[in-house]
Amino acid sequence: MANITKKIRTLFPQATFEGDENKPLVVIPNAQWHELAKALRNDPEMAMDYLVTIVGMDWTENLGCIYYLMNSVTDEVVGVKVLAEGTRQQPVIDSVADLWPVAVTYEREVYDFFGIIFLNNPDMRRLFLNIDWVGYPLRKDYDANPAINPVSTESERQTDFTDVYTRNEKGEVVKNEVRVFQKDDFVVNIGPQHPATHGVLRFRTAVDGETIKKIDVYMGYIHRGVEKLCEDLMYPQTLHYMDRLDYFSAHNYHHALCMIIEKAAGIEISRRAQVIRVMMDELSRIASHCLFIGTYCMDLGATTMLFYTLRVREQILDIMEKTCGARMTFNYDCIGGVMQDLAPDFVADVKALLEVLPKNIKEYNEVFTGNVIAKNRMEGVGVLSKEDAIAYGVTGPSGRASGWACDMRKHMPYSIYSELDFEEVLATEGDSMARFKCRLREIEESAKILAQLVDNIPDGEYCVKVPKMLKLPAGSWFQITEGCRGAFGLYLESDGSPKPFRLKIAPPCLPQAAAVDHITRGQKIADLITIGGSLDYIVPDIDR
Amino acid sequence: MQDLSFITEWIDSSLRALMPGWLTVTVECLLIGVGLLLVYALLALFYIYYERKVCAAFQCRLGPNRVGPWGLLQSFADMFKMLIKEIIHLNHIDRFLFALAPYLVIIASMLAFAVLPWGNGIQIINFNIGIFFLIAVSSIGVLGILLAGWSSNNKYTLIGSLRSGAQMVSYELSIGLSVITMVCLAGTMSVEGIVAEQQDLWFIFKGHIPAIIAFVIYMIAGTAETNRGPFDLPEAESELTAGYHTEYSGMHFGFFYLAEYLNLFIVSGVAALLFFGGWMPLHIPGWEAFNYIMDYIPSVVWFVGKAIVLSFIIIWFKWTFPRLRIDQLLALEWKYLLPINLVNLVLMVLIIVFNWHF
Repeated sequence: MANITKKIRTLFPQATFEGDENKPLVVIPNAQWHELAKALRNDPEMAMDYLVTIVGMDWTENLGCIYYLMNSVTDEVVGVKVLAEGTRQQPVIDSVADLWPVAVTYEREVYDFFGIIFLNNPDMRRLFLNIDWVGYPLRKDYDANPAINPVSTESERQTDFTDVYTRNEKGEVVKNEVRVFQKDDFVVNIGPQHPATHGVLRFRTAVDGETIKKIDVYMGYIHRGVEKLCEDLMYPQTLHYMDRLDYFSAHNYHHALCMIIEKAAGIEISRRAQVIRVMMDELSRIASHCLFIGTYCMDLGATTMLFYTLRVREQILDIMEKTCGARMTFNYDCIGGVMQDLAPDFVADVKALLEVLPKNIKEYNEVFTGNVIAKNRMEGVGVLSKEDAIAYGVTGPSGRASGWACDMRKHMPYSIYSELDFEEVLATEGDSMARFKCRLREIEESAKILAQLVDNIPDGEYCVKVPKMLKLPAGSWFQITEGCRGAFGLYLESDGSPKPFRLKIAPPCLPQAAAVDHITRGQKIADLITIGGSLDYIVPDIDR
Repeated sequence: MQDLSFITEWIDSSLRALMPGWLTVTVECLLIGVGLLLVYALLALFYIYYERKVCAAFQCRLGPNRVGPWGLLQSFADMFKMLIKEIIHLNHIDRFLFALAPYLVIIASMLAFAVLPWGNGIQIINFNIGIFFLIAVSSIGVLGILLAGWSSNNKYTLIGSLRSGAQMVSYELSIGLSVITMVCLAGTMSVEGIVAEQQDLWFIFKGHIPAIIAFVIYMIAGTAETNRGPFDLPEAESELTAGYHTEYSGMHFGFFYLAEYLNLFIVSGVAALLFFGGWMPLHIPGWEAFNYIMDYIPSVVWFVGKAIVLSFIIIWFKWTFPRLRIDQLLALEWKYLLPINLVNLVLMVLIIVFNWHF
């Protein structure tokens, strides 16, 4: 880490550094930003090939972005703070879409919420909000008056054009209109109400017969503005939104937010709470992957498998219900530990689950994985190379199926994961079958973790005392954890008040949905379902 | 084996005593029409219930069990729901073709009913080219599907009907060739003749290897022909919502739904006819007592029973296998089934010429 800072210092003397020594934040004006990004991306010593997220910021006096970059081999993370040029009416930052393809989507999100224009981004439309939305909601001076943006009773407005902003010779920013599809393309609208999009996601698909030419992904149908809502809530109140992002990894997301707040507030939690949290995370992971296998097989037409996998999922939900009192939105982890103590028969229930799990996995393999039709449908379909997986930021089991070791439990160990013995499941094929198998094997690894912990839950308090009115010191924190579907990043900035100044959620599913176009080009329509299913995105997680 | 033709003959003669010949034929046609409709509706209701129960058993569920004893009235309730549902009128469609399409589909399956060997002496038309007629009329169904997809003016239905057209035209070849294989063994195209030929032994045993190959191919192609899983691409719900019948509502949709189940019955009925003796009881040469007892089971029970057992296999396919992709589906037909079928036909001819069959 230190030599990267040194290198940046020598190459870019204009850069300044904020924050503590170990995790400094590089601050750079926009004029040098693209140069720095190029150096960070292409310099063999730094090789920051994974763009974790772009955090749009409004510090009231100026707008800007914080880029979090990661080296996929050494796991070093660099944060870069870029201040926007120009006026508040038209703030401008150079796009890095040419270096990291996923930036196209991330920059669209920042544009949507902060109105920052990214020069040379090939697709500068809003990402989540309607095209005729007035204002940029995450700016601090945003007027939320419903009269400005009334609820529309008309059909959704839509345009076939997108904007590209460039600088002309005089240095002025000019707007150019570009067609999204070619003029005579046969565009099929798949979604938002479609059984295979796993929620309200919409693909405008240009097809040539049965072959896909291009996909334009529309998101935002379930956008609730969680990040904006959190800015008006006390820290403990923000927690329950985490259940409503990726509702299958509710525990994992809760865990992540609790951890970052505890880190910021300097709260130490008991060993018992740590173990309970990790066990709940792993139970969630098994339940989530079980549901994935079921729905994925159903997408491919094998409806019966859904019921076989739901049996295991039901069993896990029963365990959760006994302890948390809920089956879906648990709201279990809290700042300082967990809400309630474990149910008395938790240990026995988990043991019963671990007993039936191997039998079930064997059955899944017999019924589905070995089936010749299933093999034909999945093998070699939707191949995502390792380089592309990193460039598009496809993490989680989908990224690991392409050979990218990106399990944050291993690479950025948090909680008690460093003490546990489990393997990072990797495959090299990168096709739909590999993604499917990776999840099957991850169930086994999670079961291994549970088996290590189930007999070793230490005694002690399950929740430490935390002040009712929790105030965090001014500062910013960034943390990546492993949700069920991939790397879940959280950026928290506090100005010392009891409410977060900015809480940015970097979900694993957004880059996966953004990569769909890249993976499906030239494949058949039926493969879109195979590929979309195997990526296993959850729409509320994309939209937030 | 009791010949049931005395019933039809009695009706015919008593009607002829009452009225002139042309009126008799008209009244008989009407009677048969009403009878067919009744059988058609009852069979469809039975199949809906049957499939639900079978599928539930595969999926560790109970299936319908609330309406009536063991949920027996569930499909009746569903039928009434379907009948009283509103038919939604759409804009921007070709109204005439849109309304015509479901009737074409249902007429195709009804016509096919006419030549099925329901029992000893009860058959609606006794053609000397019965099986040929059956193949001919069942091809009308694809026309209905293509029209439905085209006239709906919707991209999903268009893709669904294009898939369906490609699929049905391809798999008709396989069905036709495996039927020809069995017709060679029977030496006749008449349905009655084919059944009579199986007096001693069913064709699946008589024709041994080529008959079994033809049976397997027939079942695969028959599943594809009925648009059922794993070949349900024309209506692949995870891709095309409901394929060619996406825009249909109420009883118009009900017709497609009924036709699907009736086609399932027809495909298994034809399989029963060609490979398992139609209504002919199980006879084993030399076991006189056994054959005698078997004859006591009514021929209608034999036929319908065989058809239901064979449709169980097709339902089993659907609830086990994932769906194929369109190119894989066509590759299966043109690269595997068709060549195997052609070789199988030659093999069957050789076996007949050299008299190697039982």
